[in-house]
Amino acid sequence: MPTTLGEALSVLEELKGDAVPIAGGTDLMVSWPERFIEHERTYLDLSGLDELRAHRWTEDALEIGALTTFWDIVRDPQAAREMPILVDAARTVGAVQIQSRGTWAGNIANASPAADGVLSMMALDAVVELAGAEGVEEVHLDELYLGYKQMRKRADQLITRVRIPRRTLEFQSFVKVGSRRAQAITKIGLAITRSDAGWRVVASSMAPTVKRCCAIERMLDDRVPVDGPGGFAAAIGSDVSPIDDIRTTAVYRESVMARVLFHELARVCPWICAGGDSV
Amino acid sequence: MSTPLRREGLDKLTGRERYVDDLDLAGCLWGMTVRSPAARGRIREVRFGDGVDWSEFVVVDFRDIPGPNEIRLIELDQPVLAADRVRHIHEPVVLVAHSSRTMCRRAIEQIEIVVDPEPAVFDFRVEPRAEQVQHDSDNVLSRISINKGDIEAALARADHVVEGVYETGAQEHVYLETQGMAAWLDGDVVVIQGSMQCPFYVLNALMHALGRDASGVRVVQSSTGGGFGGKEDFPSNLAIHTALLALKAGRAVKMIYDRAEDMAATTKRHPSRVRHRTGVMSDGRLVAQDIEVLLDAGAYATLSSVVLSRGIIHAGGPYACDNVRICVRAVLTNSVPFGAFRGFGAPQTQFALERHMDVIAQRLGLDPVEIRRRNLICDGQSTATGQVINDGTDRVALLDLAVAESKFVEKKAAHVSFHAGSAYCRRGLGLATFMHGGGFTGSGEDTLKAKLHVGGCRDGSIEVLSAITEIGQGTKTIFASIVAERLGVDASVVTIATPDTARVPNSCPTVASRSAMVVGRLLERACDDLRARLGLTPEDRGERVQEAIREWHVLHPGEALLGKAEYERPPNIAWDEKTYRGDAYGAFAWGTYVAEVEVDLRTCACRVLSFHAVQEVGRVLNRTLATGQIQGGVVQAIGWALMEDCVWEQGAMKNTQFTNYIIPTTLDVPPISVTFLETPYAFGGGGAKGLGELPMDGPAPAILNAVADAVGIEPVSIPLTPEQLLELLSHDDAT
Repeated sequence: MPTTLGEALSVLEELKGDAVPIAGGTDLMVSWPERFIEHERTYLDLSGLDELRAHRWTEDALEIGALTTFWDIVRDPQAAREMPILVDAARTVGAVQIQSRGTWAGNIANASPAADGVLSMMALDAVVELAGAEGVEEVHLDELYLGYKQMRKRADQLITRVRIPRRTLEFQSFVKVGSRRAQAITKIGLAITRSDAGWRVVASSMAPTVKRCCAIERMLDDRVPVDGPGGFAAAIGSDVSPIDDIRTTAVYRESVMARVLFHELARVCPWICAGGDSV
Repeated sequence: MSTPLRREGLDKLTGRERYVDDLDLAGCLWGMTVRSPAARGRIREVRFGDGVDWSEFVVVDFRDIPGPNEIRLIELDQPVLAADRVRHIHEPVVLVAHSSRTMCRRAIEQIEIVVDPEPAVFDFRVEPRAEQVQHDSDNVLSRISINKGDIEAALARADHVVEGVYETGAQEHVYLETQGMAAWLDGDVVVIQGSMQCPFYVLNALMHALGRDASGVRVVQSSTGGGFGGKEDFPSNLAIHTALLALKAGRAVKMIYDRAEDMAATTKRHPSRVRHRTGVMSDGRLVAQDIEVLLDAGAYATLSSVVLSRGIIHAGGPYACDNVRICVRAVLTNSVPFGAFRGFGAPQTQFALERHMDVIAQRLGLDPVEIRRRNLICDGQSTATGQVINDGTDRVALLDLAVAESKFVEKKAAHVSFHAGSAYCRRGLGLATFMHGGGFTGSGEDTLKAKLHVGGCRDGSIEVLSAITEIGQGTKTIFASIVAERLGVDASVVTIATPDTARVPNSCPTVASRSAMVVGRLLERACDDLRARLGLTPEDRGERVQEAIREWHVLHPGEALLGKAEYERPPNIAWDEKTYRGDAYGAFAWGTYVAEVEVDLRTCACRVLSFHAVQEVGRVLNRTLATGQIQGGVVQAIGWALMEDCVWEQGAMKNTQFTNYIIPTTLDVPPISVTFLETPYAFGGGGAKGLGELPMDGPAPAILNAVADAVGIEPVSIPLTPEQLLELLSHDDAT
């Protein structure tokens, strides 16, 4: 088991990317007894890399380590004050047991289109630090994913840190629509922020990856008047591509995304308000 | 009566309780099942892959069954292992065993069942085409009808005729402990230990399939982590499988299903469709109930005929109506067989009825409370089967109590002002009045004649010998309390024997809300018999009884002292199985449940905000356990009503994980207020009526009635998922 980042990276390089890094294990261990084929893979246990455990607040960013858990952020009052949508997201991941083992970096690396942590981090313009034998590179989280479970991260790279810029946020909102009020996988997820960098609208479970919704962001930046959920339909159509799956339907996803967007924004945008029927 | 702590509670809380998976069986093998990939067809070949050293495995197929290849239950239609034909996906065909669980998992993936497909049928609501017929001329496995009065004349003279069609979905039991069995040979005796509700069902099924008499088979219940009916019939199948592997291996074998296999391959609640055509006068009086019930039985008969029987008897509900016609059918489909589940047909038929009552009220412009008040059975009036109710319960008062306790009227007013201030939340209130018969339906108890023994031990302690199983409902605690009360002894001197067919008499299965009511009464009579054998009078209690037991053993060394009882039909009870007329149950429990919901119009999610359960259940034997039973049933029914959606593909359930088969969490459950009215039932243990299934009947219609009230639509099917509600609201509202 490696105890330094250098050791971990040289193991990854030696095994030519065949080793699977494991931190909290909350994704990799699901249905473990039945996934016997995967028992034969090589796993790189990251739990000894103490240097990557803590998160810290620098002058201009929150830095989340590769081993920082959801629960670490839930317990940090600074996070609740400055970036409550991180805490809101963390609170909806599984139950407390999962929150106390699962890591933010693992949430990124698992590359699920339903990832709750990724949703909030992307709306906060997070930057992912990838370390490999060839050095360190930084990738904007909203540019990391290439397609379903496809990432710009190479197999010999580790996510070592996530940097979230500290900005003045005039508005931030996290909404998770699941099939029940706890322990649910997201059917529609939305994280919305507004800062001097403009509006950010990010959707989960609406496309092959967690995805920024640029058409909606433009509508908001341009203050395009909207008088009901239907006003977002065209932008939703161009931003995301929901499907029918075992959890819900494309129709439900599109329709509920529009309604949630409308009601969340109507609270703060005077140009978005009900004209007639509001639902 | 005192309310002692649950006997097995501490062991369960601390993790000390040992379930079948925890049993330490030296050198045991693990057994697993290879299942049909096809919904219907002929088995052409079973192919064993090359990559496995099959000599390391014990392999069993239909040719290894010593007796008939039949699972003995009501019908003999279900094979132990498919021989030449399959009728549903996941039907067991081959069993394998190995000392390594992982090796077993690998091996079963290397066995291919090749099936030549035949036309299958999946929608029970559609008449089968000729090539889909697999039973008689129409796939109907069972049918029953009830006729009371003159239905056509009554419909003709009614002021209004209101029609409706209602549907309910399948439901998975989700007992915490999955199905599991262990089998080994003790000399020539096949011993089975495992998770089950009904040891003698398992015994009878084993005797039949293994071709053995009772001396060659012994069945012992292990600590059972929940059943809800799912461990009524299915454990017989698994016990035979495990026994076959153990016989062939000559070693102990365990078969423990993982969650996905358990959900995919075991029984569920029967899906239903119920049509109502109701003649009603302008004042809301019901004059004609014309009801047609259809159940999806799945691929084999299992218990469908008796589920149908309980379903039909409850279909007319707790209302006095002089003209009733009910026709019910269970039809074969090529789905995984449906089986026993808490409520046993009554939740399905009463869901339809109680939604329909609100629809009638809506059409006639009547208050939903008032229309029920006008029709509830009063003592002296009769149910659909002509059973005259005379139990001293005032059902109208029960309804009024529920309305008062739930602050029904006040909340309605509060909702109006809530809506004025909410952009997208709508609240509503709904109620349901219903009943549940305790014990076997009709003449079942009389035919099966349950038996129970009470042993007086040498040290003066008392042992209850019965086949009733503790499955989380608290039977051990209840039985000890009943003995304590009857004999005046402390409950701590009473032990409850493990249900072991080599030791206990056949008290019949742990089903039908019958343990406390029917078997509890046997327990009292066995206590009386014990006292009589000791030459004591009913006035002799406590230490006098224990002293007499000790003295008896001094005088009869080496002998067993047993007080015995066998079921006796209560007087003035008569049932005609042919016409379905008469006293269907010894006693009914009665309930009125009120649900308050909030609908989020953004997500179309329904949340139950508050729940009031008011019921009359005879005497309450243990308030904590009874309250827990009611609350647990309400939670299970909230899941059935709003969330638990079995997704089917070719008759097999697709969503077999907890991430996609959604049951309520504590956050999805409101505070559940439980109120009991108590009218002791003279022929029930301690005065109790049946209680365990009652709370499954009322919540679903109460919740849907509340949703209808909140958003002004008429939902007719469950589960009412957000996706379903979105569709209803979109149709309803073109904007």
